[in-house]
Amino acid sequence: MSNKILAFVESKDGNFKNSAFEVVAEANKIASETGSELIVMAIGSDIESQAKSLAEYGANKLLIADLNEINSKSSVSVFKYSPSSFSKVISEIAKTHNANIVILSATSLGKDIAGRIAIRTGSAVFNDCTDLKITDGKITATRPVYAGKSLIEIKSNSGNLLITLRPNVFKPHKTGETDIDVEKIDIGTLNLTESDFSSVVKEIIVSNEKLDVAEADRIVSGGRGLRGPENFTLIENLAASIGGATGASRAVVDAGWRPHSEQVGQTGKTVSPSLYIACGISGAIQHLAGMSSSKCIVAINKDKDAPIFQIANYGIVGDVFEIIPALTDEFKKVMAK
Amino acid sequence: MKIIVCVSLVPDSTTKVKVSDNKKSIDDAGVSYILNPYDEFAVEEALKLKEKYGGEVIAVSFGTDKAKEAIKKAFQMGADKGVLIKSQSSDFDSFNVAVNLSEYLKGQSADIILFGKQSIDFDGLLIPSMVSELINLPCISVVVKLDIENGKVIAEREVEGGKEIIESQAPIVIGTQKGINEPRYPNLKSIMAAKSKPIEETPAYSNENKIEIVEMKLPPAKTSGKIFTNGKDDVSELVRLLREEAKVI
Repeated sequence: MSNKILAFVESKDGNFKNSAFEVVAEANKIASETGSELIVMAIGSDIESQAKSLAEYGANKLLIADLNEINSKSSVSVFKYSPSSFSKVISEIAKTHNANIVILSATSLGKDIAGRIAIRTGSAVFNDCTDLKITDGKITATRPVYAGKSLIEIKSNSGNLLITLRPNVFKPHKTGETDIDVEKIDIGTLNLTESDFSSVVKEIIVSNEKLDVAEADRIVSGGRGLRGPENFTLIENLAASIGGATGASRAVVDAGWRPHSEQVGQTGKTVSPSLYIACGISGAIQHLAGMSSSKCIVAINKDKDAPIFQIANYGIVGDVFEIIPALTDEFKKVMAK
Repeated sequence: MKIIVCVSLVPDSTTKVKVSDNKKSIDDAGVSYILNPYDEFAVEEALKLKEKYGGEVIAVSFGTDKAKEAIKKAFQMGADKGVLIKSQSSDFDSFNVAVNLSEYLKGQSADIILFGKQSIDFDGLLIPSMVSELINLPCISVVVKLDIENGKVIAEREVEGGKEIIESQAPIVIGTQKGINEPRYPNLKSIMAAKSKPIEETPAYSNENKIEIVEMKLPPAKTSGKIFTNGKDDVSELVRLLREEAKVI
């Protein structure tokens, strides 16, 4: 069966986010494997000039809804985003273009609007997928459950489908194309009303410009082995030496040493970076669940029997207070080359 | 203030997952079940709102008889009433749960409907927003701070690298994130009081799943790799391997 696929991509400060290229490349792959048409859409201002960057990953048609025009339909002031207006715009575009598959990234925004779009378009949801495949013309998806302790393969029996892709998992490949047809969405036809702005973002608070663990490709996490919150500068310095984010175990978050936004594990964030360095973390099962799908795991711990070593690709048994500074220096040397 | 908090029962986060023989679910043997940790934040927030504004807290769950355990835990924390929307089957997806909760909620005129942002079993994060869409209310999820004053809602929502300050109006659906509060531990008095609170039952409204599990499996086992034992003397070799063998830096 041939499908019509709508891929929604996100931008920030006038550039498409990395997740946008992941979504376009994967949507393009599904489209070519099923002989389907792909339309890409974005909501933003000043992103038209970046359209070519999407073309390189397989987009040849881009629809842009102007954010300021959308927000002008609200009587209250909106700072960038309102989930209901975004959901409505995307759902309406899916309907008017007869798209039976909508693909987006499982970012904070993607997760916020996925359920709403699914209800509006009557779609089954494959969310936070880590793999998609086509069998007999139908899409099946793999997604982690129990924070990655197990995986499920799912299929849908209903018509429409909404798919969200876990960020950082799908590696986008360039197709070599550069041509893209850009079209502006006529907001007037979407009938946005006051009720589409029932909750609006008034302000965004950026936390110290730090890279978030959920988005990072390299993560350095610290646990109770660091002995106190003051020693986390070691973790921050090690992370900085490789351009990574800092993470934390549940024990140190519950102890108040680190903010919960850094917690990796079943009641924190599930991450799968290329490199995960666990320092002074023994490896409780709920922590392992959140990070064991990382491509390369390095463990540093004084206890040679710590469970973290059982899943580590590399490990050093020893004192974190000696090893972390040495490793930071070594990384700095190597990265400078 | 009429406050409804939707709760679910999940395997404890220390559970070591084994796949059952039918390859569609986990093996239940030896698994202990708890109130979903994110729902504890929702129940706590509901109780705090009741303490501030008066009213009642109703804990609602969709599921089989087993789900009553989640309601009982909410009772122990201090919820006033409990409702089980009773499903005959234990096989339901997010859509199915959202439709059943919505059908119940439509007749309730609650001022605020609280959820944990996700359950720690299927990690969907879909249900609060699906419910809000089905009953036509605003929704803010992944909330780490909530203020409600004269029907005006100001919430902080956690996003990558920061927080969004969101303004909306009650009635509203809220999904709670860790950090919003410290859930109380039930005391002996509340545990005793919980025993006499009845759970009202209502039959499921629908049983439509939109997705089907083809197979559940364990992730590929990780084998342990190269472990060095000379402390900082091994650092340069480790970095060389990360660069030349693993190619990650």
